[in-house]
Amino acid sequence: MNLPTTPPLLSRVGWSALVLALLLVTAAAPLMNLWIPPESSFHLSDYAVALLGRIMCYAICALAMDLIWGYTGILSLGHGLFFALGGYVMGMYLMRQIGQDGNYKSQLPDFMVFLDWKELPWHWALSDSFVATLFLVVAVPGLVAFVFGYFAFRSRIKGVYFSIITQALTFAAMLLFFRNETGFGGNNGFTDFKRILDLPLATPHIRMVLFVVTGLTLLGCYVMARWLVRSKFGRVLQAIRDAESRVMFSGYQPLGYKLAIWTLSAIMCGVAGALYVPQVGIINPGEMSPANSIEIAIWAAVGGRATLLGPIVGAFLVNGAKSWLTVAYPEIWLYFLGGLFMVVTLFLPNGVVGWLSGCLSRWFKTRRSA
Amino acid sequence: MKRFWLWLWCLVVSVSAQALTAEQALKLASGDADARIQALSESVLVPDERTTALVQALADDAVKVQGPLVLIVRDGRAQDAATGELVTVSDAAEDVINNNRMRNELETALAALQLVGGNDAQRLAAAKALLKEPDAARLPLLNKALQTERLNSVRQVLELARAAVWLNDEEPAQRIQGARQLALSKTPDTKLLLNQRLAEETNTEVKAQIAISLREIEKSLQWGEYLGAAFTGLSLGSILLLAALGLAITYGLMGVINMAHGELMMVGAYATFVVQGWVRQYVPSLFDAYLLVAVPVAFLAAASVGALMERTVLRFLYGRPLETLLATWGISLVLMQSVRSIFGAQNVAVENPVWMSGGLQLLPNLILPYNRLVIMGFALAVLAAMSLLISRTRLGLFVRGVTQNRPIASCMGVNTAKVDTYAFALGSGIAGLAGCALTQIGNVGPDLGQNYIVDSFMVVVLGGVGQLAGTVYAALGLGVLNKFLEGWAGAVLAKIMVLVFIIIFIQKRPQGIFAIKGRSVEA
Repeated sequence: MNLPTTPPLLSRVGWSALVLALLLVTAAAPLMNLWIPPESSFHLSDYAVALLGRIMCYAICALAMDLIWGYTGILSLGHGLFFALGGYVMGMYLMRQIGQDGNYKSQLPDFMVFLDWKELPWHWALSDSFVATLFLVVAVPGLVAFVFGYFAFRSRIKGVYFSIITQALTFAAMLLFFRNETGFGGNNGFTDFKRILDLPLATPHIRMVLFVVTGLTLLGCYVMARWLVRSKFGRVLQAIRDAESRVMFSGYQPLGYKLAIWTLSAIMCGVAGALYVPQVGIINPGEMSPANSIEIAIWAAVGGRATLLGPIVGAFLVNGAKSWLTVAYPEIWLYFLGGLFMVVTLFLPNGVVGWLSGCLSRWFKTRRSA
Repeated sequence: MKRFWLWLWCLVVSVSAQALTAEQALKLASGDADARIQALSESVLVPDERTTALVQALADDAVKVQGPLVLIVRDGRAQDAATGELVTVSDAAEDVINNNRMRNELETALAALQLVGGNDAQRLAAAKALLKEPDAARLPLLNKALQTERLNSVRQVLELARAAVWLNDEEPAQRIQGARQLALSKTPDTKLLLNQRLAEETNTEVKAQIAISLREIEKSLQWGEYLGAAFTGLSLGSILLLAALGLAITYGLMGVINMAHGELMMVGAYATFVVQGWVRQYVPSLFDAYLLVAVPVAFLAAASVGALMERTVLRFLYGRPLETLLATWGISLVLMQSVRSIFGAQNVAVENPVWMSGGLQLLPNLILPYNRLVIMGFALAVLAAMSLLISRTRLGLFVRGVTQNRPIASCMGVNTAKVDTYAFALGSGIAGLAGCALTQIGNVGPDLGQNYIVDSFMVVVLGGVGQLAGTVYAALGLGVLNKFLEGWAGAVLAKIMVLVFIIIFIQKRPQGIFAIKGRSVEA
């Protein structure tokens, strides 16, 4: 088989470099925060570590988006829903961990006391157990995605139709979660967490543990995605993206492939959400707003679709710019983000990574021919 | 015969009555609440100017008691309530304090006083107020008013008010009579009165009559409710139709996913706001006609923004729908932020012209607001204009040609790039018109577009791509379905149910209600 040569940034060197860089960040950030004294210029502030941790969660989402959009050609505008579902499952566990330390000193979470509920609703049944929570973090987004995806892909909804319907899905879920009767804290969501695994959440060490776990998860997702897209499974996915009818004529049934990658992608988002909530300390239905889901797509697009490296870079670039601009020039931020959407689609169809690696390979070529 | 006796009694009372005495005034202003209320209902029977003034002053907390004298104190001057002489207020004078019950009584008493003395509108309002609070003590008053009242509309209300009093009479026969009469008035108010009585009633015959009357009223109210839901549904549908018509062109005919469509509506709404402010400032006498200017301005403003979008961004992205989706989302963010920078993040106020406020009362519980009626008419007009434009004009022909087969249209000498720009500007302009219509019924703010974008895409998807007729049916159907579900399950759940319904529907018919058949389906 005659495959096109991989551009340098996406070659073995490139992806090993990223793995190394991620390992380095995961290891170095806690060290620089905890053991280097605040006076030193190498000290990393709590704010910076929190920001890095948050962005790594976003990077997992961007990676998930890349698998479904970059490699399979299905643009989801509802990934924010899966992120929020994972976050809500973790949030329920963290709410139960508050115990009787809430404002009302009750066994039940504060918002339930406020609504005058006497006992936990049925869907909170498993929220006391950490193991069950870990299971649900995977199972809930996975199940929702599987059921939705099965019906959508079976009736061969694709392209923009699929995008718009996923947007409607997350919009409907947002409306549902905004209601108090649903039992997820209404528009305030969950916040004011105190403990995780009976350990106080606010200490520097627990924060670092969460940070390292997030970093390792991102790394794991990256390695898995790398393995996946290079496998035969991944090649079928890319074939579906490029010419679905031909894949069908060649005797493949795209439904299973699409459904598998769609569900996996949703699970990755759910895990990212579950890691995000204890670090940020709040989850509310705003996370499900359609705008958030579209932002995930732009991270992947800025970095470069179908590169795996790109979405991670994109998540860091866009969110870094966001946290700087929203503080320094809050007026500018939406102009910047809006401009980014246009510039990337018009001038950088392969994203920053695609553009850089294009430049690099041209440079290699001229040097070799010289 | 009975009526005659009543009339005679009233006559006697009014003859024997004199103007407000100091004694009566004191009874009204001091003592415990029960005694005062008693005095109040007596004095209302014999209305004169002084009584009216005193009751009004009591309601306004402008009365003091000084020894045996009752004083009305207004603007620092005190008058004797009985004689009208000016008096000086001493420090010993005490304020008259009214509790809530007393206050209610004073208000009804004022209404009763107006029943006899007021002009047509005042009498009608007073009669309606009495209908809501039936009280046996006012029966003589009602009878007296019925004697003198000539205006038919007021008479009807008065008779109802009397029936409402009879409903609480001690005689069961009288109560049955009251219940029967009340059934003639098919309003939510009488339904409430009957229900209240039903809760206390012990006599089975009366109960039966009340139940019959209630059923009659409910039957006619039901119609009002159904029609009301259908009307608000159609009204919502016509708004969705306006929002979706533009999309039907840009998405349905051109295949551009315009996520900034809602923001183009917002541009139209803000254009209306600007025109309104301009008219108010420079030609206030023509304020009622400002919409005549606002409609074309909103169209042109949104159309030029749309044309600019098409020339600078979208024309590079034809045939790549997912990319247009992202790029137009970016444009929508920029448009929203620009509006925030220029007009502020707060909502701005757009006033309705006078002729659009108020409504058409069809049934006691069914009012059709004029602004919604106007918008429905407007939506129909826009629809008609657009279908004419697409089917009858040269531009429409070109648009259809380019949509069907771009290369061949180009070979025939159609300037396809120009047609694209015009068509996109047209779709955007219609969004601007939708925004202009929205200013008349809702808030105008930077987030205006966001609220409609999901809905309008649903309409286009449901109706089927490239189908004007499908868009119309889908918009009206969704609007009515939404409002009926709302009455049954509440606003939020209704919305969720509609979204779920659409998701399921798309599973069954991925191409919408009206699928395009033939070879272009898979393209």
